[in-house]
Amino acid sequence: MTDQITEPPRLFEAREPVFPQRISGWYRRLKWRIMLGTLAIYYLTPWIRWDRGANLPDQAVLIDLAHARFYFFWIEIWPHEFYVVAGLLIMAGLGLFLFTAALGRVWCGYACPQTVWTDLFILVERWVEGDRNARIRLLRSPWTLRTARLRATKWTLWLLIALATGGAWVFYFADAPTLLADLVTFRAPFVAYATIGVLTATTFVFGGFLREQVCTYMCPWPRIQAAMMDEDSLTVAYRDWRGEPRGKKHENTSGDCIDCMACVNVCPQGIDIRDGQQVECITCALCIDACDTMMEKIGKPRGLIDYVALSDEPLERAGHPPRSIWSHVLRLRNFIYFGLWTGIGAMLVVALFIRSDFSLAVTPDRNPQFVKLSDGTIRNAYTLKINNQTGFARDFHISIKTDEPLRVDLEGTAELNVTVPPDGVLNTRVYIFAKPEFEANRAETTPVRFWVEERAEAGARTHADTVFTGDTQ
Amino acid sequence: MRKPKLSDEDYPTTGHEWDGIREYDKPMPRWWLWTFYATILFALVYVVFYPAIPLVNGATPGVLGWSTRADLAAEVEAVSLRNADIDQRLLDTPIGDLGADPDLTRYATAGGAAVFRTYCSQCHGAGAQGAKGYPNLQDDDWLWGGDLEAIVLTLKHGIRDDGDDDTRFSQMPAFGDILETGEIDALTQYVLSLSGQDHDADLAAAGPVLFEENCASCHGETGLGEREQGAPNLTDAIWLFGGDAETIGHTITFSRYGMMPAWNTRISEAQIKQVAFYVHQLGGGE
Repeated sequence: MTDQITEPPRLFEAREPVFPQRISGWYRRLKWRIMLGTLAIYYLTPWIRWDRGANLPDQAVLIDLAHARFYFFWIEIWPHEFYVVAGLLIMAGLGLFLFTAALGRVWCGYACPQTVWTDLFILVERWVEGDRNARIRLLRSPWTLRTARLRATKWTLWLLIALATGGAWVFYFADAPTLLADLVTFRAPFVAYATIGVLTATTFVFGGFLREQVCTYMCPWPRIQAAMMDEDSLTVAYRDWRGEPRGKKHENTSGDCIDCMACVNVCPQGIDIRDGQQVECITCALCIDACDTMMEKIGKPRGLIDYVALSDEPLERAGHPPRSIWSHVLRLRNFIYFGLWTGIGAMLVVALFIRSDFSLAVTPDRNPQFVKLSDGTIRNAYTLKINNQTGFARDFHISIKTDEPLRVDLEGTAELNVTVPPDGVLNTRVYIFAKPEFEANRAETTPVRFWVEERAEAGARTHADTVFTGDTQ
Repeated sequence: MRKPKLSDEDYPTTGHEWDGIREYDKPMPRWWLWTFYATILFALVYVVFYPAIPLVNGATPGVLGWSTRADLAAEVEAVSLRNADIDQRLLDTPIGDLGADPDLTRYATAGGAAVFRTYCSQCHGAGAQGAKGYPNLQDDDWLWGGDLEAIVLTLKHGIRDDGDDDTRFSQMPAFGDILETGEIDALTQYVLSLSGQDHDADLAAAGPVLFEENCASCHGETGLGEREQGAPNLTDAIWLFGGDAETIGHTITFSRYGMMPAWNTRISEAQIKQVAFYVHQLGGGE
């Protein structure tokens, strides 16, 4: 037991540096692959081309803020279809719930950008300055030319990665080849440079220096996840019932843990997993690799540190084998999350398939609701918005369906044909006239249905309902 | 060497405890303290460069001299600079030809709508629907003419505006001083008949002669009105003050007229052109 503290705790404390040691193993290989995959997706996606015809951009994934369009391969989303994005966000949220309930902080440990980029930065650090012990020596020793050279090399490499990271982000918002050419010739808009600058700085600082502190001090997700997990969630844990009492091999202790500190030395979060579950742990599973390596060396069974569900602890303490992983994962809570997740996904897919590539919205003038003309005719005005969500211009015919043969015209012309520009919206004003002999002239409201029909053969059509307002006076 | 770590049990707590959960009193990271100092530094720099400390009649201006007013002025300047070309085109194009150019059509309509909301909507209504005594600009009935040139003329010089030499005047006499009550009743019924409304045919029988003597010089022999005089058409369904017997009788007895100010001294030539174009395209333009 430690001594009792006599002086009050300090208010501030410098970060204790962490020097994760190199380790290889099953989880390390999995993490390399995930890193490769996620980084490749992030850096390369903006460069994928996708032919949409002459009038639309040919970038597969493009967030065109200026024109309020989102392109994703064959899908194009307009602002009024933002529910798709909302649905994707809900799916992302439920997906996190599902993965957290089933596998604990698997997002934090494998896929979170903070983890991936920190991993990459540590890789560079190790490549330049050497492994754990070399790095500790470098920190402890006074600054020499060699220290300066190593630091400069490391920071330069970090900065290049950070620059590429910040640079890749802006390519999602503009045509990537054009923007790259503009960037290197200093003709790109200021906001592009500013975005790259900010993201380069945050990547450099977060990946190089803040690292585990982002997870511990800044990120709200670890706190939320604590509430998402239960005793059946698989999480990285130390089997203290097997490892304790720990001690060096010659100390003749009965526990399997030889207190080699391998699990602590590889930990990018700078914690000791043997203290139990803790908020700093991102379950990156590197301590599993480290401990398994050591257990194999000393001829003990693997799995002293392992993915464990807390509900298995009493079983294992009693000497029984743990229940199978599937019995933990396949439980009602996860089925509910999965059901909600797939349900929303299915709805989004259906919504994408049944949506029309043109649409009509009718807004009747409300100020004034009607105008009386000199012969007593009542005129109503409507603003029609016709969306054309395709890459080519389309011709439409406008007509109305009413009980009485009311006259309709398009801002003074009886020609009711319009052309909607490619990937555009046509705003047009339409008048409907009710002569005094029609009931619509005096009725408070008369239902009107606007039809918009494509003039090409086998044309599609759509409609919108509104009303005609008469003069009841 | 690692520093000896305190075990969780021994770590000092804040003394707060809920359901057995205790709150550690752990030190904050030092860089956090630095960010706190950085915000203080930022505040000091901000105070020097930007308006910050409130005084009795304003605030310290800051060495940059920045203000939202100046920002707005710069934005307005930038917009007018951007619009300089199209403004010139608008002025160079005869108003009748604006409709042929889609850019000018859009510019005139949008600009005219803004001008209308600022200067015209107080009387004519936000939707140009008018009000009692203020003409509806959406319908097809015009007192002084509804083609583009006529609207421009009305806008420039107003109607019955004493301050403008080119304004147009006309005034209907108050016939209460001229005619007998019975005669006014007869005229009222006759005017009702002109627009095909229900009327007392016996009373109206005396109308034609009275109308011929008193009204026809301005409203025309058949009551179709006369735009040179701004005299309303009495045969249609549109009434400036109201078309029922009581209102018509009141109008004949006391007379009524409105007044519109001349705008050529208040808004620019381009704005007049824009708002004329806007009003013309509302649905009633000729």
